[in-house]
Amino acid sequence: MGENKMWFPVAEQLPGRHALWVKVKVNWILPENHTDIQESESEAKIDGETASDSEGRTEPAPPSTSIDDTPEVLNRALSNLSSRWKNWWVRGILTLAMIAFFFIIIYLGPMVLMMIVMCVQIKCFHEIITIGYNVYHSYDLPWFRTLSWYFLLCVNYFFYGETVTDYFFTLVQREEPLRILSKYHRFISFTLYLTGFCMFVLSLVKKHYRLQFYMFGWTHVTLLIVVTQSHLVIHNLFEGMIWFIVPISCVICNDIMAYMFGFFFGRTPLIKLSPKKTWEGFIGGFFATVVFGLLLSYVMSGYRCFVCPVEYNNDTNSFTVDCEPSDLFRLQEYNIPGVIQSVIGWKTVRMYPFQIHSIALSTFASLIGPFGGFFASGFKRAFKIKDFANTIPGHGGIMDRFDCQYLMATFVNVYIASFIRGPNPSKLIQQFLTLRPDQQLHIFNTLKSHLTDKGILTATTEDE
Amino acid sequence: MRVKVLGLLILEGLRYGTVRLARGFSRSQGFLSEMFAIAGKQHWKQLERTETDIDDRYGDLDSRGDSDLLESPPSSDRTPEILQKALSGLSSRWKNWWIRGIVTLTMISLFFLIISMGSFMLMLLVLGIQVKCFHEIITIGYRVYHSYDLPWFRTLSWYFLLCVNYFFYGETVADYFATFVQREEQLQFLIRYHRFISFALYLAGFCMFVLSLVKKHYRLQFYMFAWTHVTLLIIVTQSHLVIQNLFEGMIWFLVPISSVICNDITAYLFGFFFGRTPLIKLSPKKTWEGFIGGFFSTVVFGFIAAYMLSKYQYFVCPVEYRSDVNSFVTECEPSELFQLQSYSLPPFLKAVLRRETVSLYPFQIHSVALSTFASLIGPFGGFFASGFKRAFKIKDFADTIPGHGGIMDRFDCQYLMATFVHVYITSFIRGPNPSKVLQQLLVLQPEQQLNIYKTLKTHLIEKGILQPTLKV
Repeated sequence: MGENKMWFPVAEQLPGRHALWVKVKVNWILPENHTDIQESESEAKIDGETASDSEGRTEPAPPSTSIDDTPEVLNRALSNLSSRWKNWWVRGILTLAMIAFFFIIIYLGPMVLMMIVMCVQIKCFHEIITIGYNVYHSYDLPWFRTLSWYFLLCVNYFFYGETVTDYFFTLVQREEPLRILSKYHRFISFTLYLTGFCMFVLSLVKKHYRLQFYMFGWTHVTLLIVVTQSHLVIHNLFEGMIWFIVPISCVICNDIMAYMFGFFFGRTPLIKLSPKKTWEGFIGGFFATVVFGLLLSYVMSGYRCFVCPVEYNNDTNSFTVDCEPSDLFRLQEYNIPGVIQSVIGWKTVRMYPFQIHSIALSTFASLIGPFGGFFASGFKRAFKIKDFANTIPGHGGIMDRFDCQYLMATFVNVYIASFIRGPNPSKLIQQFLTLRPDQQLHIFNTLKSHLTDKGILTATTEDE
Repeated sequence: MRVKVLGLLILEGLRYGTVRLARGFSRSQGFLSEMFAIAGKQHWKQLERTETDIDDRYGDLDSRGDSDLLESPPSSDRTPEILQKALSGLSSRWKNWWIRGIVTLTMISLFFLIISMGSFMLMLLVLGIQVKCFHEIITIGYRVYHSYDLPWFRTLSWYFLLCVNYFFYGETVADYFATFVQREEQLQFLIRYHRFISFALYLAGFCMFVLSLVKKHYRLQFYMFAWTHVTLLIIVTQSHLVIQNLFEGMIWFLVPISSVICNDITAYLFGFFFGRTPLIKLSPKKTWEGFIGGFFSTVVFGFIAAYMLSKYQYFVCPVEYRSDVNSFVTECEPSELFQLQSYSLPPFLKAVLRRETVSLYPFQIHSVALSTFASLIGPFGGFFASGFKRAFKIKDFADTIPGHGGIMDRFDCQYLMATFVHVYITSFIRGPNPSKVLQQLLVLQPEQQLNIYKTLKTHLIEKGILQPTLKV
């Protein structure tokens, strides 16, 4: 191939035995004149796997040469460089674009963030379902596309109803139809789900039972993974935007840092599943992420707009983040243990308590987050796909970017629920008010005796 | 004279029934033998192909329809020896019918026995059934994917079952055993960090799964992972909803389950005697006559069962754990639902029954809703299970119960019912669980507790529930 000419690969599949691997004929062409064609035949194998794990694939486009869908502008700008550098630049530019986009969204506020989370969720669901269709060649099953989207709608309705009822309590109580919807929310969601279930049963067609059950199972597992976790993300968001931003940035940072460390120092492979990951990248990424988390949480804890729980203000009819920062976000003095004292030369250091928590979050992001990535790699190997989709040029689909995030969102939610706060007091009051009077009295008396036992409630405080 | 006519009628009915049964059995036997013959040929073909092309088989599993799957081996005859000897005189058709009948009666009496033993035994029974159903479905998965030898997988499935059960039991136990839990230090620690501990346990299982991915078996392992999770989703969540219904009061457990069983039996009987129009292609034995007849008889049955059970405190009261007695007690003042009230009848019923009012328990009205669901939507659970069995070419889920099949076969209609009853209770009967609210209150920070205390006090005084105390 010429040094300063840009050859684009165009592949056509050769007929032949398709059970083992795909035989392709790669034509290298110059776009200017199609007469220069260098042909080479290659057997497209994916990442060095042997034949016995391959599946019969009759897809026309071999997976290893993906369709080039970088925008034209980038193509022209980078047309001089050789193709290796070009790929690197495309990835880099797209990464910066995504990060800038992320910052813009944060600036726009919680409502827009919620919408973005919802869109990401829908796109991830769509990607995984499309993979299912391709795997099972079941795109023409009766009703199935409608049913998958219907189930997505039902589960989203259920989860959004639970969230909305908690946080928009006053708004909901005002409007009569909303009040009825929220009072019988579970029943309505269940009815909607049941309708979908009955439609599924009625749509079972004689020759396609198994496929339909597979797609039903596939849809439900996807819903379980994608939808529940996106709602946990939104719960974290309502706790305070810092609980949303720091974990996500830690995972992204770990990805990038592990890649860098692996690129420069990588030698020992980490796991057979992803041969490109190395132990050096893993450990280097761990330390870099912890440091990054500490710095980032220090910077963000200073601002109220990140630290305060998101609340819906009735008067202005919008989301506000205005409050008195809790203990977690107030600078405190910590005594440095002796061993570090001699190194740094300070006796105490002022930190936000949140930074201690951020160490825990970063540790999880670096140690367990990669398992989410391995899971997704295994999934892609299992179903013989290179990327989940082609949405982002140079990166693959949305799922490819978010595969490590899923465990993180659940972990942050569980962490907050276990260590940071207990149940939501306003929600408790709201639940209390719906109980029967005798139950209310019973609870009140139990609480009273509990408080008196603990000495929190005394005769004097009761007067206030 | 009348007795003679009645006797003749009964004999006639029996003869008619026998003829129909005979026809039905012979048809099904022919079908079964055909299926087994085909399966035999398939079996040998399958074995030949195993050595050549392992992966074509997986390809076939995925892309083709319901053809060519290794048929599960014909079920072995598990009837106990005594029954065999007792019934050896009858022909095989009657024998099957009698075995089914005897086993049904045995199961029903076992059910009554456990009810009398109390709620704790019922909880254990539900747990036992859940574990067995899980085992049955997982075994089907192994057979379908020929994946019995996958590394780690059996361990992982049972481990995930344990994790999810731990999570759900922790949520239940924490609610209902609040007083017991407050006493013990270790339990308090476990309860406070319950979610974190469950999540850590689940994560350990997830990481083990990722580490156990073996090069040639990725797809199988992912399939089994998904199979396990869907099974857990269906079975474990619903068995915990059953237990929560149980804690509301045993009547909320008994009436729905008996409605489903009654619907099964009466729909079968109505279909047997009057069935003509098939209901759905999926289950050719179900008929519209059976469906509608089953609906009406289930509603009547539910009505009567609710009436009979509502009288006893044992069934009606929420199950509570008393720390002094260290056991479950069901003693309370029955709520309004379970107190007789007079309802004035609408005019057309007045004319028929010649009464002005009728005294009913309000619960009986709810039981009509429950029975309606059991008869109209419950069968869809059965169709789902039939479709599942057709899809995977199995006749029964397992061989556990002679004459009936596996545990799943008996409980397939119950699943939707349990969820419906739970949703019904939380939406229409009561609000949130008071003990759960209390438990959450006790976990809050002291200042928050004080604030809530003051808010509640103001609210209660306003409503007149609490009298303002006079300061001395």
